Amino acid sequence: MEKNLTQIALFAALIAVLGLVPKIDLAAGVPITAQSLGIMLCGTVLGARNGALAVLLFLFVTIAGLPLLSGGRGGFAVLAGPSVGYIIGFPIAAFVTGWIVERWRATVAVSATLAAFVGGFVLLNILGVIGLSVMLGKTLPEAALLAAPFALGDTIKSLIAGAVTAAIARARPEALLSRA
Amino acid sequence: MLTLTSPHRTFAHDWPAGAKVAALCIFTLVLFRVTSPLPLAMMLGAVAALALACGGRFAAALIRALRPVWPFLVVLALWHLWTSDLPAGLVIALRMIAALAAASFVTMTTPLFAMLALFQRLTAPLARLGLNPKAFSIALALMIRFIPVMLARFDQLAFAWRARAARRMGWQVLMPAALAALDDAAHVAEALRARGGAE
Repeated sequence: MEKNLTQIALFAALIAVLGLVPKIDLAAGVPITAQSLGIMLCGTVLGARNGALAVLLFLFVTIAGLPLLSGGRGGFAVLAGPSVGYIIGFPIAAFVTGWIVERWRATVAVSATLAAFVGGFVLLNILGVIGLSVMLGKTLPEAALLAAPFALGDTIKSLIAGAVTAAIARARPEALLSRA
Repeated sequence: MLTLTSPHRTFAHDWPAGAKVAALCIFTLVLFRVTSPLPLAMMLGAVAALALACGGRFAAALIRALRPVWPFLVVLALWHLWTSDLPAGLVIALRMIAALAAASFVTMTTPLFAMLALFQRLTAPLARLGLNPKAFSIALALMIRFIPVMLARFDQLAFAWRARAARRMGWQVLMPAALAALDDAAHVAEALRARGGAE
């Protein structure tokens, strides 16, 4: 009970911190914001339920008025802006990512990478593009065009999420709630 | 950690948070029903008037808060120049700016603790679905308290990286960062249990 609670709270803080630190290098000289990686890690490490709760806690505090989304965004404006689909998609993406890792008992690295790809990239972008299309008054294919430049980076992020989760599985097997 | 609440105290700071949020919801719903530029411009003008009534510095801060929307406005402008359908683009842009300005106004005039208290009241009925309100409050406090702690930890990891490598910090730094979060969680869980638990 207490451990579930503290893991939810501290991973919510981790998402926030990953949005506040300077960008990290993906490969030589390609900087990324690590925040969406935090969302993926919530799913792959904490599992469906706790991962989604951690993301919800993060959004709760952000919308209440702490500027914790990458780029220093926060408050009600994040729900009124064009990226609202991604915001609503965050907890759903973490849930689906965690659900896949819990159900699909392949090696942690393989299962976590693909789960992060399906939940944190495919599903999140579907919801995000729907949001863009509604807020900007464009058709779905037109909105998808706007999101397309970020596809490669997000694909690589799911590989990183898989690698980090595999490292946690080796270093702290008892802490990997998604495989508890 | 700085909140988005404006330090310039205005008359809108004294309005109850619940009323401001309810008004914001209605305002945004109406915005999305309106489809012609003139009433949208008037609604945006109303928000602007409200912001200006709060003082010049407040209004300037509100405009700064709208910065993230500029890239979208540029894309919209280019798109509608290309399709030569500027009125449609104008409607979308006006609606987006008005919605964001109103949302920022509410966030900037409501202290974080007042907003959190309102949210907790609104989510109180979830207790029937099994959400433990005490556990929720503890998680909320823990999260906010641990943000500066984890930021400091991340700085240490960054220093360690720079001491050893000439390259800029890479994604590998996420492994110790995530491990540290898990270890902290285990320690805090033990401490909580020792003090009577979260139930």
